[in-house]
Amino acid sequence: MSEAQMNENKQGKLEKPESEIKQMWSALIQNKAAVVGMVIIGFLIFIALFGKWLMPYDPNYADLSVNKQPPSVAHWFGTDEQGRDIFSRVIDGTRVSLVVGLTAVSFALCIGTVLGAIAGYKGGKIDTFIMRLMDIMMSIPNILLAITFMAALGRGIDKAVIAIGLVTTPEYARIVRGSIMAIKDSEYVQAAKVIGNSDTKIIFKHILPNVLSPIIVRATLGISTAVLETAALGFLGLGVQPPYAEWGDMLGRARVFIFEAPYMLIFPGIAITLTVMAFNLLGDGLRDAFDPKARS
Amino acid sequence: MIKYIIKRLLLLIPVLLGVSIIIFAIMRVFSPDPAGIVLGQHATEEKMVEWRAANGLDQPVVTQYVEYMKGVFKGDFGTSYYSKKPVAKEIFSRFPATLELAFCAIIIASVFGMSLGVLSAVKKNSWIDNMSMVLSLVGVSMPIFWLGILLIIFFSGTLGWLPAQGRIETLLRPENVTGFYLIDSLIKGNMESFSSAVRHLVLPSIALAMYSMAIIARMTRSTMLETLSQDYIRTARAKGIVERKVIRKHALSNALIPIVTVIGIQLGSLMGGAVLTETVFAWPGIGKYTVEAIMKSDFPIVQGVVLLVAFIFVMMNLVVDIIYAFLDPRIKYS
Repeated sequence: MSEAQMNENKQGKLEKPESEIKQMWSALIQNKAAVVGMVIIGFLIFIALFGKWLMPYDPNYADLSVNKQPPSVAHWFGTDEQGRDIFSRVIDGTRVSLVVGLTAVSFALCIGTVLGAIAGYKGGKIDTFIMRLMDIMMSIPNILLAITFMAALGRGIDKAVIAIGLVTTPEYARIVRGSIMAIKDSEYVQAAKVIGNSDTKIIFKHILPNVLSPIIVRATLGISTAVLETAALGFLGLGVQPPYAEWGDMLGRARVFIFEAPYMLIFPGIAITLTVMAFNLLGDGLRDAFDPKARS
Repeated sequence: MIKYIIKRLLLLIPVLLGVSIIIFAIMRVFSPDPAGIVLGQHATEEKMVEWRAANGLDQPVVTQYVEYMKGVFKGDFGTSYYSKKPVAKEIFSRFPATLELAFCAIIIASVFGMSLGVLSAVKKNSWIDNMSMVLSLVGVSMPIFWLGILLIIFFSGTLGWLPAQGRIETLLRPENVTGFYLIDSLIKGNMESFSSAVRHLVLPSIALAMYSMAIIARMTRSTMLETLSQDYIRTARAKGIVERKVIRKHALSNALIPIVTVIGIQLGSLMGGAVLTETVFAWPGIGKYTVEAIMKSDFPIVQGVVLLVAFIFVMMNLVVDIIYAFLDPRIKYS
């Protein structure tokens, strides 16, 4: 480094421009709604991790002598038809919803990214085949396809993850394909080809890191969709099964007591809405933060 | 344009074939044997073998699919394992109920969604904007079935204003002409039936409309904001045109294309939402019927419904594309 350059650095005249990630982060934390979303998500993660110590009762302990009790000091959210503490079950349900939401999105993201990357990069018949398959899946409403999968696969957390993951895969495949097609002919990709990199290396090392932003935004919003779909499956009696407490399943079971004990249907619904809202807020915030136009 | 429509209609064939293969594979390859479910746990093995043979389930899956598709091309979608009635008849007897609900929902969603979106954009950053955007956020975050439950608790349970379940009071059911109770009761001039049908429609329509309304409001707001910042809007204002006319004629008409897209997509996806709404409100449409059919492994019904829903979804996309050409004369299909 020349003496002149060093001087300039010392005086701070030629500072390195702020990195893209730093710019995005500062845009994100300036977005109040996104911050609210992050705080709620942080709170939910805390409950999912440490809920065991926050629950006043065993969420699966049934005591028929106190069934269908309205909210009270002893049972903050009341008790269900089997006398289980609803507050403890709502806390326990946080873990299930977050686990299913995150793993279903990860599952869909992995398959969708690979399919989208192959379709976008290879083009031609492979692209047509993969994308027509995705179009076909997208022409069936997600919830209908998920119910059909669940009815075929059986009930359980793992099955819910697979069903929700599979039905949301086309969305990721489409986004990844579109993003890859937009940059696959750029100079740096051509350069990577010329120096003899394999297709896999070019896709995963050179292209994907450059198209991450729409994928991250979609994945964040996708968690909220996955939480909603998990709850819907649970509500229809097809989702996660006991001993796990799941919000949708709690609502589905309490539905028969809608006029007799309406409080049983309030708190699990609030929990679902809050979780979905938090990921929607963060997803919207990330979309704005990644968009240079919105940032400016 | 006609060439384009024919081309798009021809493209429907591979999509519906693909849908039929996927749903057939899920139902016939991965699902548990329906014989035990249909005949009950006390059925003898002999009876089950007999039942499978009678329903063609003893054949290889590929043969079953080919036979099924041969029937489909002739308009025969099979018969329900339970009612023994033709699938098409079973579905179409319930379809008007779902359509009536979906149409009411999309009207509510479009009218309120667009109004909220336009208001938000025009009064940007005001309390109206903030309120409507919070409402939209809650709308996209709230599960349809929970909203339905809340509406029932409040309007049926607490206030007792509206019925919680069903499509109409049994004794007031109008004579079947179109299958749409609102239209049938009007045709027969039976206002008591009409009023009962409207009262039964209100809560499920609102529950089903909420998500779409929120999406339409958000999309309308963002496209209106973009349009309102265009030079031609400034020119219109500079010419002294009344603000209301600027918004309605110059801004909204130019912002309509993305809004129409969203409305079209939402109408297609309402069929998915109907599955949950109909379950909550015991609405006798195909959504509730499908859930029951899936639970009971009534394969022919599930296959028929999924094909129908996919057909509607693809057709809606085509209709949206055609509407584009009317909204924007610059768009030409060939």
